[in-house]
Amino acid sequence: MEIRNCVFALILCHAAFVSCAVGLGRNPPTERISGSAGDVLEDDPVGRLKVFVYELPSKYNKKILQKDQRCLNHMFAAEIYMHRFLLSSPVRTLNPAEADWFYTPVYTTCDLTPNGLPLPFKSPRMMRSAIQLISSNWPYWNRTEGADHFFVVPHDFGACFHYQEEKAIERGILTMLRRATLVQTFGQRNHVCLKEGSITVPPYAPPQKMQSHLIPEKTPRAIFVYFRGLFYDVGNDPEGGYYARGARAAVWENFKDNPLFDISTEHPTTYYEDMQRAVFCLCPLGWAPWSPRLVEAVVFGCIPVIIADDIVLPFADAIPWEEIGVFVDEKDVPNLDTILTSIPPETILRKQRLLANPSMKQAMLFPQPAQPGDAFHQVLNGLARKLPHDKSIYLAPGQKVLNWTAGPVGDLKPW
Amino acid sequence: MMKLSALQQSYLNRRPGSFRGAAPLDSSADGAIKSPAAVFWLVLHGLCCLISLVLGFRFSRLVFFFIFSTSVTTNTNHFMAPFRQLTTTTTAADVALDLPSNPVGDAALNGTRVVVGRHGIRIRPWPHPDPIEVMKAHQIIERVQREQRNQFVVKNPRTVIAVTPTYVRTFQTLHLTGVVHSLMLVPYDVMWIVVEAGGVTNETAAIISKSGVKTIHIGVDEKMPNTWEGRHKLEAKMRLRALRVVREKRLDGIVMFADDSNVHSMELFDEIQSTNWFGAVSIGILAHSGGAEELSSFAAVEKEVEEKEKKQAIPVQGPACNASSKLAGWHTFDTQPYEGNNAIFIDDRATVLPMKMEWAGFVLNSRLLWKDVEDKPHWSRDLDSVVDDDIESPLSLLKDPSMVEPLGSCGKQVLLWWLRVEARADSKFPAG
Repeated sequence: MEIRNCVFALILCHAAFVSCAVGLGRNPPTERISGSAGDVLEDDPVGRLKVFVYELPSKYNKKILQKDQRCLNHMFAAEIYMHRFLLSSPVRTLNPAEADWFYTPVYTTCDLTPNGLPLPFKSPRMMRSAIQLISSNWPYWNRTEGADHFFVVPHDFGACFHYQEEKAIERGILTMLRRATLVQTFGQRNHVCLKEGSITVPPYAPPQKMQSHLIPEKTPRAIFVYFRGLFYDVGNDPEGGYYARGARAAVWENFKDNPLFDISTEHPTTYYEDMQRAVFCLCPLGWAPWSPRLVEAVVFGCIPVIIADDIVLPFADAIPWEEIGVFVDEKDVPNLDTILTSIPPETILRKQRLLANPSMKQAMLFPQPAQPGDAFHQVLNGLARKLPHDKSIYLAPGQKVLNWTAGPVGDLKPW
Repeated sequence: MMKLSALQQSYLNRRPGSFRGAAPLDSSADGAIKSPAAVFWLVLHGLCCLISLVLGFRFSRLVFFFIFSTSVTTNTNHFMAPFRQLTTTTTAADVALDLPSNPVGDAALNGTRVVVGRHGIRIRPWPHPDPIEVMKAHQIIERVQREQRNQFVVKNPRTVIAVTPTYVRTFQTLHLTGVVHSLMLVPYDVMWIVVEAGGVTNETAAIISKSGVKTIHIGVDEKMPNTWEGRHKLEAKMRLRALRVVREKRLDGIVMFADDSNVHSMELFDEIQSTNWFGAVSIGILAHSGGAEELSSFAAVEKEVEEKEKKQAIPVQGPACNASSKLAGWHTFDTQPYEGNNAIFIDDRATVLPMKMEWAGFVLNSRLLWKDVEDKPHWSRDLDSVVDDDIESPLSLLKDPSMVEPLGSCGKQVLLWWLRVEARADSKFPAG
């Protein structure tokens, strides 16, 4: 008995010593992240859901990619990497009868202009054609009219398939996708293009490129506020007032001569390094509310200052963005310096600790090959949290809810 | 600069590439007979274009502002454009009938609004930095940086025991003040042992008292010889004398050798805190040529040196590690190129060469020097057993030189710089 007690005490002492030793090491202090869904960033989705990947002809995916390899590097590359991840993931099942979710690999954001911007004009037809294919070759679409299917639509306004907000609102979400779950980068509350139950993901940012620009953590953060990007979109809106709802222009006009604000339109080669030397990084809206700056700020430990009214940030149920970033209303932009300097230093240090958490950084990235806790897994976690499916999604045979001929006439042309 | 434009623009489609303002159309362009109103608008438009071309801005807004501002009263909350509808085409009539809203230029309001586009650009009345905010921001930055430093701070810092041999000469004030400033910046406790050749003098005492750190000022009666070789020998003796003081007083800390003309970086003091028993750091050797007269003859030698040592920019003396980061050997200064050209006397105008192993590159735990310490490593020699005359570098204090710990990422970081500069024997340092 006594020997056992001695051994137990010894083990406890050793454990305490080890944890102390770890604490003495040169690791930055981090804090656990718990969002409204709980401590779910480190959940493992394997075993909690099964995904069936439809085999579409390569004209929907591979051939499109072959035509333009730039799709692998731009900020909409998530749709391609998601497909590749699912093909080799343990959650994939080859038996559709036991699948909880169905994935359709169609690359709608890969029709690029010479400048590299994706054109959304053919995307609705492409999507419609793909859905017609899966509904005629497999019975699973008609069973629920897509309610247990998910699609990755990372373009500006998601499944509204247009880069211009007014046009996107006019089109609304593609009729056929109205029952499916959408995985998209766009998120704005009370907006036509954000459907209830969508999963918001971060835009794709190249993980290798960011890793290669890391600087020693000892480097003191000496820049107060950092931003690089456009304030006026000279090509489309030279006077301002439309681009970013006037918020970016307001930032420039109010703070261009403020030494605390390191803001300009330059493209420095030290962009990533500078972010690591800054305390706050501005993430204002552009033509759409989301931007890769959020991902970059999180990876480099710079507190994101989000200036986008009603924005829905990635994985909002798993990540407590209110505690990590600073939200500034667009109407409060002229007072941005007052707002930022009135944040108590303890709060700032806490936010930095939350950002230093490696699971936070991992959740924003799409690394190849996939790693535990990354954005792919967070998407699967989100899908798993929506299970089990409600019985009401299953339709009677022959019952139709969606109107397949709705939408602009141009969409109905075959692709 | 606040734009006082009043004319509300009608929203046009955002076409990627072009965004043009409203252009009054000629409504009956195809007919040969034009109505007078159309002609009038055409002429007016042409005139406006010409004037804008000359002046360089669209002054039509200004015109409308002046025409309509007298009749419209201010509405402080009138921010948004009156119409939210999209208009795909505009005609001349629409342009003329656009109701301008008054600019909210009143400084008494919360903010001004440049009324452009649909949303406008909010600018506050005084869009310049506020000194109180700047002060607060700097305090925030200071707090963040302090937190960052604290992550890398050394737990349980030990006293730094600096040993400096010195003697009164022209450049003593120059060199010693450098050491004073370095030690003043050290964030740990410092005990400075200054050993002076030729006995304790008031000059030296005056300099070291300005440092503000705890000092022990000892004198050695022997005067400093005027050859470099003699100086090296006497300095070794002086350092041993200081080590004996450490032993007698049982000073606790890390002993480092701060020669008075060397340059120390602050990282050195952080790095030596991680010494276990005996550590070695890399020194950058700044062996320079002598005076101007020797330059021409030395230039020839220098060229030779350059050709031979093209790879190495600045010679470094210190520990060398093998692939598994264990001590494998020592980098030393190659004296071969300087053969026959080096300084013999202290005020020679020629290159001063460092010794094979400079004392400054070694640090040791003061407990190594103590008497009667149980956990002293067996590979260290007792200080009493060391004879003064045969000691050239602190490695003689060890029986086994392979137990030296390489510091500064295995010698890759150069943490201090060796320099020897002395003036002519007859020169005087400026007083005051």
